[in-house]
Amino acid sequence: MKAATFEYVRATSVDEVVRTLADDEDAKILAGGQSLVPLLNMRLARPTTIIDISRIDDLSYVRRANGHLEIGALTKHRVVETSELVHRHVPLLADALRYVGHVTIRNRGTIGGSIAHADPAAELPATCVALDAQLVVQGPRGQRVIAAADFFHGYLMTALDPEEVITELRVPVLAKGTGCAVEELARRSGDFALVAVFAAVTLELDGTCREARIAVAGAGPAPVRATAAEAILRGNAVTTDVITAAANAVADATDPPSDIHGPAEYRREMAAVLSRRAIKQATNRANGGV
Amino acid sequence: MTGKVTVTLKVNGRTFSADCEPRKTLADFLRQDLGFTGVHLGCEHGVCGACTISVDGSTARSCCMLAVQAEGTEVTTVEGLASDGNLHPLQEAFWKHHGLQCGFCTPGMLAAASELLEDNPDPTADEIREGISGNLCRCTGYQFIVDSVQDAAQHLRSTT
Repeated sequence: MKAATFEYVRATSVDEVVRTLADDEDAKILAGGQSLVPLLNMRLARPTTIIDISRIDDLSYVRRANGHLEIGALTKHRVVETSELVHRHVPLLADALRYVGHVTIRNRGTIGGSIAHADPAAELPATCVALDAQLVVQGPRGQRVIAAADFFHGYLMTALDPEEVITELRVPVLAKGTGCAVEELARRSGDFALVAVFAAVTLELDGTCREARIAVAGAGPAPVRATAAEAILRGNAVTTDVITAAANAVADATDPPSDIHGPAEYRREMAAVLSRRAIKQATNRANGGV
Repeated sequence: MTGKVTVTLKVNGRTFSADCEPRKTLADFLRQDLGFTGVHLGCEHGVCGACTISVDGSTARSCCMLAVQAEGTEVTTVEGLASDGNLHPLQEAFWKHHGLQCGFCTPGMLAAASELLEDNPDPTADEIREGISGNLCRCTGYQFIVDSVQDAAQHLRSTT
């Protein structure tokens, strides 16, 4: 349970990170360490170089710009979870982060780290997909922006090139009249989700659904965006029948794994149950409820 | 650098400096190099919470941090909770309510509970359970720990 040896580089700039990544193809970036250090300790990961980016100061921020919230990749989960800007403009993100591990983990874990790690049962990747977030990444050929929908390729696999690093998460501000809800099933508080549903419902003044965003974690090798379910809600009054139809469509969109924590059928069924609850609660909140 | 690096940090108000390999966790560094054996190591991969300490005022799992990452930080371990020979009100309450049997989880429990009470001085039993949910105890069944934290919260509220 002790890490193997590695070269340690404390990076002071993003350029230095990119250069070091290009120099050693077995280098690994260390930020908050909440995913990587356990893997190092168990020797499931044996990088030859560790690039510690946690001291790069200017990558930790939450700010509003051009209809987005811009969140620096090194911003801690706990900072985002308690950010006034996030609560006001993207409450789904704050709701989702409360389910990430425990406070102690959220004190250290970073937004960029969780996204780059891309665990399909993690809350943040699915939330990014639901919100049409974008990821700003930097590599040897400069900066590019990747839509969250195109970022998560599969189990711990992303669109990041080996010599690229995430620098920022951009999350569109949610429209007025939007309610959000997260429903998660886990064996114990703080565990990874067996299934988790992230929903944001925007209502017109007459109560019909203008926009719905639903994504699921733990339901396949990557976060699942339930577009068919969203289409069922969009343009309709959010009645019990509509909610049930949408929730069933969420379950149909999933391809959950079977493992010791639960069979695929159970997870799919729970995706429907949790979706019903999440859509209902998001709708109530869009109507001004709690 | 795979060789040793010097790490300088403050532990419980005193400055320490020692050389260690970059692969060494902060938990091992505190225990083996600085002698703070109140830092308990259970799972060594961020599940059990026994190694929880405070780093710059927030709890952290010292097994999930490299010692080199703690350069320049201010750390508080369980050894730093008592002052002038008097137990911290949380420690006092754990003692009074049998919030421990073997004591292995206790340093981490105290760190987590201490942060919880800073954020929420009057937590419900459910909030306490949530607050210590990252810390495993195999002896008490948690009830006495919840009682301890609740009592300490009341004590701390009445004295501040």
